[in-house]
Amino acid sequence: MAKSDQGRLRSVSYLLIRSVLPILMALVVAGILLVIIGKDPIGFYIGVFQNGIMGDNWQHSLVMMTPLLLIAIGLIVAFRGQLWNLGYDGQFLLAGVVVAGLAPQLIEATSPGVAYLLLTIAAVVVGAAWTYIPAHLKARFGTNEIITTLVMSIIGVGLTNILIHYFFQDPSVRTPRTSSIPMDVMLPYIPGTHVHVGFIIAIIAAIVFQFILKRTSFGLRLDVFGASPKSARHVGIKSGRMIILLFAISGGLIGLAASMDIFGQWGYMRTNWNPAYGDEIVPFVFLARLSPLGAIPFIAFYSVFATGGMIASQEAGFSSQFLKVIVALILIFMAITEYIGTKRDLGQSYLPDELKETIKRPFANFASRGGKP
Amino acid sequence: MSDLLTPVFIAAFIGACIAGAIPLMLAAIGETVGEQSGVLNLGIEGMMLMGAYFGYVVALDTGSLWWGMLGGAVAGAGMSLVLMILSVWLGLNQIVLGIAITLAGVGTTTVLYNQTYSQTAPRVDPSPWVIPGLSKIPVIGQSVFSQSGIFWGAIILAVAVSWLLSRTNWGLCIKAAGQKPSSLDAAGGSVMKTRSQAVLVGGVFAGLGGAYLSLVETSAFTPHMTNGLGYIAIIVTMLSRGRILWVAVVSFAYGLTVAVGTALQLTSLDIPTDVITMLPYIVVMLVLLIFARNVYISPALGAPYTRGAR
Amino acid sequence: MPGTTDNSEEPALIALHGITKAFPGVIANNDISLELFAGQVHCLLGENGAGKSTLISILAGLQMPDSGTIEVLGKPVVIGSPRIAMRLGIGVVHQHSTLVPTLSVIENLMLGESGLRLREKQAKDRLEELSELLGTKINPHSAARDLGLGQQQQVEIAKAMWTGTQLLILDEPTSMLTPSAIDNLAESLERVKARGIGIVFITHKLREAYRMGDCVTVLRGGRNVAFLSRDNLRDLSEEDVKSSILRAMFGEDLSAVGNADQAAELAGASEARRETRARVVDGAVRLQFAGVSSGGRSMDTPVKDVSFELRSGEILGIAGIDGHGQVPLAELAAGQRSVSSGTITLEAEDITRMGVRARQAAGVRYVTDDRLHEGTVPNLSVALNLMLKRIGQAPFWRFGQINNKAIDNHAQGLIDKYSIRTPSSHTRVGTLSGGNIQKVLLARELEGGARVVVVNKPTAGLDLKTVRLVHEMLQDFVDTGGSVLLISTEMDELVELSHRIAILSRGRLVGMVENDGADVAERVGVFMTGGSSDGEE
Repeated sequence: MAKSDQGRLRSVSYLLIRSVLPILMALVVAGILLVIIGKDPIGFYIGVFQNGIMGDNWQHSLVMMTPLLLIAIGLIVAFRGQLWNLGYDGQFLLAGVVVAGLAPQLIEATSPGVAYLLLTIAAVVVGAAWTYIPAHLKARFGTNEIITTLVMSIIGVGLTNILIHYFFQDPSVRTPRTSSIPMDVMLPYIPGTHVHVGFIIAIIAAIVFQFILKRTSFGLRLDVFGASPKSARHVGIKSGRMIILLFAISGGLIGLAASMDIFGQWGYMRTNWNPAYGDEIVPFVFLARLSPLGAIPFIAFYSVFATGGMIASQEAGFSSQFLKVIVALILIFMAITEYIGTKRDLGQSYLPDELKETIKRPFANFASRGGKP
Repeated sequence: MSDLLTPVFIAAFIGACIAGAIPLMLAAIGETVGEQSGVLNLGIEGMMLMGAYFGYVVALDTGSLWWGMLGGAVAGAGMSLVLMILSVWLGLNQIVLGIAITLAGVGTTTVLYNQTYSQTAPRVDPSPWVIPGLSKIPVIGQSVFSQSGIFWGAIILAVAVSWLLSRTNWGLCIKAAGQKPSSLDAAGGSVMKTRSQAVLVGGVFAGLGGAYLSLVETSAFTPHMTNGLGYIAIIVTMLSRGRILWVAVVSFAYGLTVAVGTALQLTSLDIPTDVITMLPYIVVMLVLLIFARNVYISPALGAPYTRGAR
Repeated sequence: MPGTTDNSEEPALIALHGITKAFPGVIANNDISLELFAGQVHCLLGENGAGKSTLISILAGLQMPDSGTIEVLGKPVVIGSPRIAMRLGIGVVHQHSTLVPTLSVIENLMLGESGLRLREKQAKDRLEELSELLGTKINPHSAARDLGLGQQQQVEIAKAMWTGTQLLILDEPTSMLTPSAIDNLAESLERVKARGIGIVFITHKLREAYRMGDCVTVLRGGRNVAFLSRDNLRDLSEEDVKSSILRAMFGEDLSAVGNADQAAELAGASEARRETRARVVDGAVRLQFAGVSSGGRSMDTPVKDVSFELRSGEILGIAGIDGHGQVPLAELAAGQRSVSSGTITLEAEDITRMGVRARQAAGVRYVTDDRLHEGTVPNLSVALNLMLKRIGQAPFWRFGQINNKAIDNHAQGLIDKYSIRTPSSHTRVGTLSGGNIQKVLLARELEGGARVVVVNKPTAGLDLKTVRLVHEMLQDFVDTGGSVLLISTEMDELVELSHRIAILSRGRLVGMVENDGADVAERVGVFMTGGSSDGEE
């Protein structure tokens, strides 16, 4: 299939516009909102850049990127199958608490390497297991997974706190938290940087899953299943099995993210801690058109924003929850640009017929009044 | 254990039931109207928080809970405009928009609260309506008939919506829009108009639910105070199959679990707080597991309607 | 000449002038003009794709024409919405039910009324009135989904006439009716006509147009190509009427659909007869159902205790009113639905417990009636769709990895063999026309070791040339030894192709008719009405 170079250039630039435009528009509107509450948007954005990239800060961003990218891949696998795994918080925390709680003793009993391997596997299993009930309900009864994963997540968050309090409490301190993994046995850094090797694992995972999703028969089956469960059944794909499998992979990847984050960045876990990574990367997963490799630049961008934004917002004196508003704006603008893009591709007008007619209706009514028998 | 069954305690228990149930009921009523018309509103958490925050602000400014409730309703309706314009009118994905609305609601209310009130954290005056005569009835008098006037407002609204859904042409249009929108279109109705109205009603009630939470139940706003209540409203809606009476019953059942949780804290059993807060959600999950077959979703839910789609 | 009126004294009830409506890639209505009068049945005749449905949706207010004018009693109007159409006195009974299944009859009828409170008493009175006019009896409180198809249609007619109609439009009303229900309909229409209401009757069957119509307009390719007035129909002989209509319907394409007789059959001008080809119906039994009932929960009619034998070289037709178990039956054969009792055998092998993929490998194939949402994935390419049931198979996938070249070559071969019109094998299948999508489905299912093919409504919505092509493909398939289970609601198709016809009613097989002569349709029709409690006497 020969595609002219010009055609290719056009489609690449088209893609770029559709991906970058929503982010730009969101930043502009967010800036306006900041002005409304009396803050300086330019100063804020510069602060984000400085605290996210300048000096050594880019390394902090990459450390932040590790769990974000892994969770993104986990979400991509589920979303491609039209399965809304919104339970990422609970899955992440439960996997993390198992790792954080058991690590110190296991490292002492065996060795760091063995402990990491075993506990990472455990984290993957825990993350996958926490998806089982919603997956089963969906596979067997068609129960809406949005609600079930969300409720399981809330339960998971509470369960994490209980586990820390009663099973994994660090006996040597009074604050509710697990024992720390000694700094010198945490995941090693990439030579020459302060970025731990978990980052490499995240990148490798992106490459591996990109291959699986785009080039293998499993990937095609996933696509068919995601396009239409009816077609999947017709073609001979076992829907129930697919649902459980996709959820398990998704939860497993999220568990892996937790393991890397604990072993590489934090070393311990305290109660009432929820970084809520998943919420914030949802739009970037869509902007990347559900492609693991494509997600890398977007997640990188967000990592910088999250790292820099946390500090910049504190310095400017407003809550870092503002980042949620930015993410919401990106989601909305993305939906709108996608819509306009699709309409343009199909050669249809931008307003649906019914809306156009509603606008035209006062005139139509006027004209038809003359025709009343 | 015997001191648990004193009239004072039971009155407090009933009060806790009501407090747990009403915000949920209001939000679920709104969600029911929306879902009956075929629109799934995942932004309900965000709308409730906006209602809670703006209700709080208005009540503080005006000194009246009623104005506060109105403020909450308006805030909820305002948020629902996003869903109405982007999803009902333009047909964009309801799930993605719902997530965006929730994020926006959570983020906005937290930022604004931290800006304005976090230092002072003022409280609102509860002003209960003590109904003369009836409030003297032991136990029930202290609990049911000494509630804030807004409680009665909520009950009246529930009855009104129930009547609207079952006895009016509007209610019939809503059901048709949710079951088979092409029928409504062919019958000369407007699917877009009907769903827009339903979404606005949903927003109003989500806002009212949130405002009730902050004004009547806790007398103040705290960031993230809904803590998943909006999602429970969606579950209540799915279990109630479009009947407001069932919404009320299920909401009160939920209120019961919350009250039980609070009561357990008073006993000498050392049950961790986390279990108490998790209790309602565990119950919800169990209900979903047991009644999996009965969870009902109307056929046109989540799919935008285009007339004469080719 | 098209559009000529024979009632020059009275003004037309509704007059269309130069109506044009285009969609991306096709001009559905091209400069159409015609006149509709009160107290007359005006038949709109044309094959699938001729533009009838578009014209109706314009009259119904669902679409707006790109150009042209509409006049009601001489005054120009703009029909901007269904509401306006209703106000103008236009009532439409659509081809597919517009009733809300979960609401009751009376609720469906009240839908769309203005005012706040539901006025049930007035509605019930109006229903009484209309029931008398139509000559039926309907329980206002039954749920719409519980009614038989004939009764549902009566409710739809009542709904169309609810608010003072002057023009009643019926879009292909007989496609799902039994012969006796069709007679009931004809009677009701006579009574409606007698009240001075104008009727538009759309059909693709010539003999129906001849029977029901006072005058006939023929549409072809979006244009109004012929008009036969009341006087024409009265004065000309039946043969002349039919041949002039046929010429109008096919024009120079007459030869493309075979000789005059075949054209007539296709156009439904005469009773269909089975095409005589060399038949060997004593071939070995290939597929056998023994006492099969469907399991699992679902919304449609379950299949109960079905038994039949399908031999090699045979086309077994399954007739029946739509919704009486056709899809469940097909899915049972394909393995998409579970069996709760009974056995299914393929030659000697018991395949009852076999899943979809295993059955496909064994040669049991299924061409579904839902082309776009089940049979194909519209966003994937033609090439991938042709491979959809062989995902993972060598040589198209090696070590789990896709081999695009092999897939493309294979696809190109099939595209050539089955004359699938597509810009390339990489084109998204959803952009193809209905006929070409059907060719993709057939190319996929009839190839690669197929022995038994189950087809459900294979020619629905297709133009006559493609219909003929599909029929030929099926006949070629059985001529080389394959077997076909032909599930269809088109009586003509069943009669033309099948060796035997079984009748499916409420999930059971209630009769088997040998296709060996005339009056097959009548014999089948008897089984369809017998014993059913759907309100048809």
